[in-house]
Order: sequence, then structure tokens, then C-alpha cells
Amino acid sequence: MLSLAHVHVYHGPIHALRGVDLSVEMGEIVTLIGANGAGKSTLLMSICGAPRAGRGRVLWDGEDITDLPSFEIIRRGIAQVPEGRRIFSRMSVLENLLVGATPLEDGQREEDLQRVFALFPTLKDRQHQRGGTLSGGEQQMLAIGRALMGRPRLLLLDEPSLGLAPRLVQRIFEIIEAINREQNVTVFLVEQNAYHALRLAHRGYVMANGRIVLAGESKALLANREVRAAYLEGGV
Amino acid sequence: MSFSHRPINPADLFKDAALAALMALILALPLIGFRSVAEGGQLALTTRFDWVGIGVAGVFLGRLVLVYASSFWPPSGANFALAEAVREGMSRYVMALAGMGLLLALLLPFLPFSSRYVIDVATGLLIYIMLGWGLNIVVGLAGLLDLGYVAFYAMGAYSYALLALQFDLSFWICLPLAGLFAGLLGIVLGFPVLRLRGDYLAIVTLGFGEIIRIILLNWYEITGGPDGLSGIPRPSFFGLPFKPTTGEHEISAFHQAFGLEFSGLHRVIFLYYLILCLALITNFFTLRLRKLPLGRAWEALREDEIASRSLGINPRNTKLTAFGIGATFGGLAGAFFATRQGFISPESFTFVESATILAIVVLGGMGSQIGVVVAAALLILLPEFGRELEEFRMLVFGAAMVLIMAWRPRGLLANREPTLRLHRRDRRGGEPR
Ligand SMILES: Nc1ncnc2c1ncn2[C@@H]1O[C@H](COP(=O)(O)OP(=O)(O)OP(=O)(O)O)[C@@H](O)[C@H]1O
Ligand SMILES: [Mg+2]
Repeated sequence: MLSLAHVHVYHGPIHALRGVDLSVEMGEIVTLIGANGAGKSTLLMSICGAPRAGRGRVLWDGEDITDLPSFEIIRRGIAQVPEGRRIFSRMSVLENLLVGATPLEDGQREEDLQRVFALFPTLKDRQHQRGGTLSGGEQQMLAIGRALMGRPRLLLLDEPSLGLAPRLVQRIFEIIEAINREQNVTVFLVEQNAYHALRLAHRGYVMANGRIVLAGESKALLANREVRAAYLEGGV
Repeated sequence: MSFSHRPINPADLFKDAALAALMALILALPLIGFRSVAEGGQLALTTRFDWVGIGVAGVFLGRLVLVYASSFWPPSGANFALAEAVREGMSRYVMALAGMGLLLALLLPFLPFSSRYVIDVATGLLIYIMLGWGLNIVVGLAGLLDLGYVAFYAMGAYSYALLALQFDLSFWICLPLAGLFAGLLGIVLGFPVLRLRGDYLAIVTLGFGEIIRIILLNWYEITGGPDGLSGIPRPSFFGLPFKPTTGEHEISAFHQAFGLEFSGLHRVIFLYYLILCLALITNFFTLRLRKLPLGRAWEALREDEIASRSLGINPRNTKLTAFGIGATFGGLAGAFFATRQGFISPESFTFVESATILAIVVLGGMGSQIGVVVAAALLILLPEFGRELEEFRMLVFGAAMVLIMAWRPRGLLANREPTLRLHRRDRRGGEPR
């Protein structure tokens, strides 16, 4: 339902994406792994239109969304958890979640809130606390919960395991799986933590220097010698 | 000024104090050292070098003591902890305080000590409170640093005056129109600065404020240029004017309708309640908006524009509404100002006004509604009470501001009650924002 065709993205003079092709089908968990600076975050951001693809097309449900402004894209059912969480630190947890409901015009807020609280009980206990005072793990949960408040069909996650203790990483990945399975949300996951990501995902892409260099079933990628050498060995 | 624990080297201490004294000397020599006095129609220059000497010595000693004392102050982190703990205890009383303030404001004209002077000062104060609340939407909530807010205040005042003078419309029609025009100006001026942030935004809005003032100054045919507009109609009490009447048989003025003796005070009191109403409307509107998606979108944009975009907020519309609504309230305050004064000229809308209003918002702790009231009271009443101090009024005023900002770097009542606990601070590393 999402597909990118020959997408090029420039950050000023920097040619960050050099012709990316990929697709994500309904109900899947797809992961994108790659080294620092490969262009993973840029790819995720450009799906949401900021920065816009300089060349190439982004299609969503058959519609060309390449040139739509971000808020229009989000309103079509794509949500993004940006790199580094970006919690609204001086607003309460509850307010953070409510901002997430922006793309919805009809107000099923209460129901959505309960759904998020069921997924992340700690957020319910801390709903009146300021976002900036949450722990790193709680902030990540808040960022995911906030994105879910818009009832997305596709969830884009940028390194949700960043800076979390191994046990929490495990928790977050379980939750992502639950979101995918129980709430029918398609997931596109960018990760450094290749092992966990590939274990979770159905399919994976490997990116290097702004290009997709490998793609396939997760199992195949996990077994792939190059992938093991570059992203798995010593890093598990 | 750094608040460090380490002992200070005496030589550095003296050097620092000497530097401060030198600065004081440079400033004081022309400002205090010379004084022009009128002597038989002519200006004569007298000197007051003794005053300069006292001032410079005072600064030297003061700086010495301040820097020395500051070496004993706890590091700023602990300072914040203390401030937050105090505020947490305080927040319970803040609501009670607000209630008492409101009661005082409602009853003020009928309290035993209130005179025409008191009501006049209170009315002036309420104008600034309203302006502070209006600008708070733009700066405190939406986080857009606007240094040209006075443009909307002026727009409201001139719109009101021109509509009332040229078209002979009543106050109750001109008032909303003035607000509307100011709001439209806010949106128009908002467009070109949408992509600017922080200091760039501040500079451009500062420029807009000046442009509007210069237009008012030079568009002589319409605005009267530096002469301003006079004879602006006074408001009526829903059609009943405040004026002495001769005809006894029909009710044609306020005092007759209520069976009162005519008194010039009626209008003063009416104006007072009018601005109180306008200010309270501004406040309740803001408090309400804060709980609506639009208000949350403003705050989200202030906190993190990238995250806001990724959640589907339309930054353009959100910012424009902040500019527009903030400007509308500025315009309403301007219309009130025009009808109260009966005379307006560009001199009332200089950058100093913008700076004062911004100071009220910043001093109040960006985003805090009650903070605006406290800060406005300080900024407007302090110079009022300090009239005996004559030319040192502004000096004391400046010193008071510096002290307040040193004491509460985030404003008197930093926005929102934090639910932060003290022991968490260390783990999160430094001051959570
Ligand atoms: N706003 C920007 N302005 C200029 N260059 C940028 C910008 N954002 C990213 N880049 C550049 O684009 C390239 C890709 O960056 P990107 O953030 O997409 O990498 P990444 O794969 O997400 O890396 P990481 O794993 O470290 O997050 C890098 O060379 C980076 O320096
Ligand atoms: Mg990245």
C-alpha cells in the first residue's frame, strides 16, 4: 500500500537518497537497517513530505502523495514516531497524547486514549506529569502512543530502541508486534538493532549510502553472510 | 554572572568590580553628571560630579559584594530545585490569590480608598494586563517571539478612531470592527514571517511595528500624522451618554436613567469596568483555547516543530491563528485606549510599548496568565509609585527587573505547574525543560 519509486532526496547539497525503491504491504512489519548516516531517517521523513522527494514518486493507496504537505499525508493514515522521540516536554503526558489526535476530525478521543493506556499502563499513571520528566523508556512509549492516537494504518518508527536498556528494547518490540497484530497497523521500522528488528519483521531492507543494497525475507537476511558481518556479529 | 561554588581570587574580584565601576562612570557621566536647568528662559548646564562619584562608588562596592556573595550561592541546579519546591507549595495558593485579585478588581471602584486617581491607574494597568494576555497567546503559547505587538494595538486604536470620527458609528460597532481589522493585520503580517524562527522572527516583527508607526506618522491626510486624531467619541452606556443634561423631562443620559446626580466619575468607573470585562474575556478565551486542539497545537509548535509536523499539525494555519487572535485582542485594547484618551497619536505606539508588553509576558513566566497580572502590576505600578524618585525612577525600575530575572530566571510564575519531584532531577541530568 506504500511504495517508493526511484526516490531522490537532497539536503541542500547533500544527496541523501539516491534512487530508493521499496514497498510495504498491508499488515506487514517491514524493517530498514543500515549504518549511521545511510539515509534511513531521511527516507522515513520524506515519506511524510519533509523533506520532499526531489525526484521519484511516493505512492500511498495508489495515490501520489509526493507533493502533498505533511499534514495532508498524516491525515491519510500515516503516523510517524520521529528519531529521538521528540516529546513535547513542557506539556503533560495527556496533552502529548491529545496532540497526537490532530489528524482526526471526529472525536473518538476517549476510546483512543483508553486503547493507548491499555497498551502502556505507565502512561495512564503518569498522565498529568510533564512529558520531559518521563524516563527514556516512558518517553518512547509516549511517542508511540501519541502516534497511535491518530489511528494510523501505517506506523513509521525511527529507532524506537535508541538508548534503551536491553530489557526495555524487548518490551518495546513486543508492543510493536502487538500493535501490528491486534490493531492491524502496518509497521515500517527503522532500526540500528538489526538482530531484534529482523527477528520481529516479516521483510527487511538494507540501506547503505542512500541506496537499498539488499532486500528480502527477514529470515534470509538474518542468514545472509554480508548482513551478519556488517550488522549482526558482535552487535547482538 | 556565574554562580559558582569555588572561592574567588581577590584580584579577579577587584578587576571585575573595577570594570563595573568604569561602565557606570561612562554611563553616569553624561546622564547624571550634566544637567540642564532653565534659567530665565535659557538653558544652562550645571554639573553634578559628586553624584557621579557616589554612583560609581556604589556600583563598585555593590558589584564586589554581589560577586563575593554569589560564590556562596548554591549552584543553579539546586537553585531551581528550591524554586520548584517553593512553587509547588505555592501553586495551591495561586488559585486563591487569583480569586482574591478578581474580587478586588470587581469591587475596586467602591472601596473606601479608591479615588479617581486610583481608578485611573487601575484602568491603565488593566490595559497592559489585557495586552499582556493577548501577547501571551503569541509568545507564551505559540512560542513566536513578536517584538512588534504594538502595531496591532495601534491598528485597533486608529481603526476605532477613524470609524468613529469618519462614519459616526457607535462604540459598540467600532469596537469589534477595530478588533477585526487588527486581527486581519496580524494575519497579513503573519504570512511573510511564517518560516522565520526565534531571533529572525523577532527582528522582522520589530520592523513591522516600526513600519506601522511610520505609516501613521506620514499618512497625514488620514491619520493626522504627528498631530494624531482628537475628539474621538467617548463610549456611551448602551446608548446613554455620560454628560450633564439640561432637559429634565426626558431621560437622555446615564445619570438620569439611574436616578443619580451627574458626576464625572461615572464615566471613569464605566471605563474601568469596560476594560476589566475586555481583559477577562481575553483571559477566559485563552484559558478555554488551551484546552482545545488549537491551543494544544500552539504549544506543540512551541515545543517542537518537527514533532508537530509529524503529527499532522498544519504549522502555517496554526501560526497564523496565533498571530491573528493575539492581534485581535491587541486591537480591542487599542480601541479601548482610543476611546478612553479621546486623543491618539503615533507617540503612544512606539517600540517602548512593545518592549513593555513583552517584558510583562517574559517576567510573568511565559504562558502563565496570573504571572502576566503580577508582572504588569510590578511594571506599571512601580514607576507610578516611584514618582517621588524623579529621574531615578527608571534606574530603580531597571534594577528591579534585573533583580527579578536573577531571582527567577524563568519568570515570576513559570508556565504550568510542574509535577516534577526533586529527587528525579539528578537522574534526568540538569534542568528539565
Ligand atoms: N537536515 C539535514 N541537513 C543536511 N544534511 C542532513 C540533514 N539530515 C540528514 N542529513 C545528511 O543526510 C545523510 C543521511 O542522514 P540520515 O539522518 O537519514 O541517516 P540515518 O541513516 O538515519 O543515520 P542514523 O542511523 O545515524 O540515524 C547524512 O549524511 C546526514 O548528514
Ligand atoms: Mg536516523
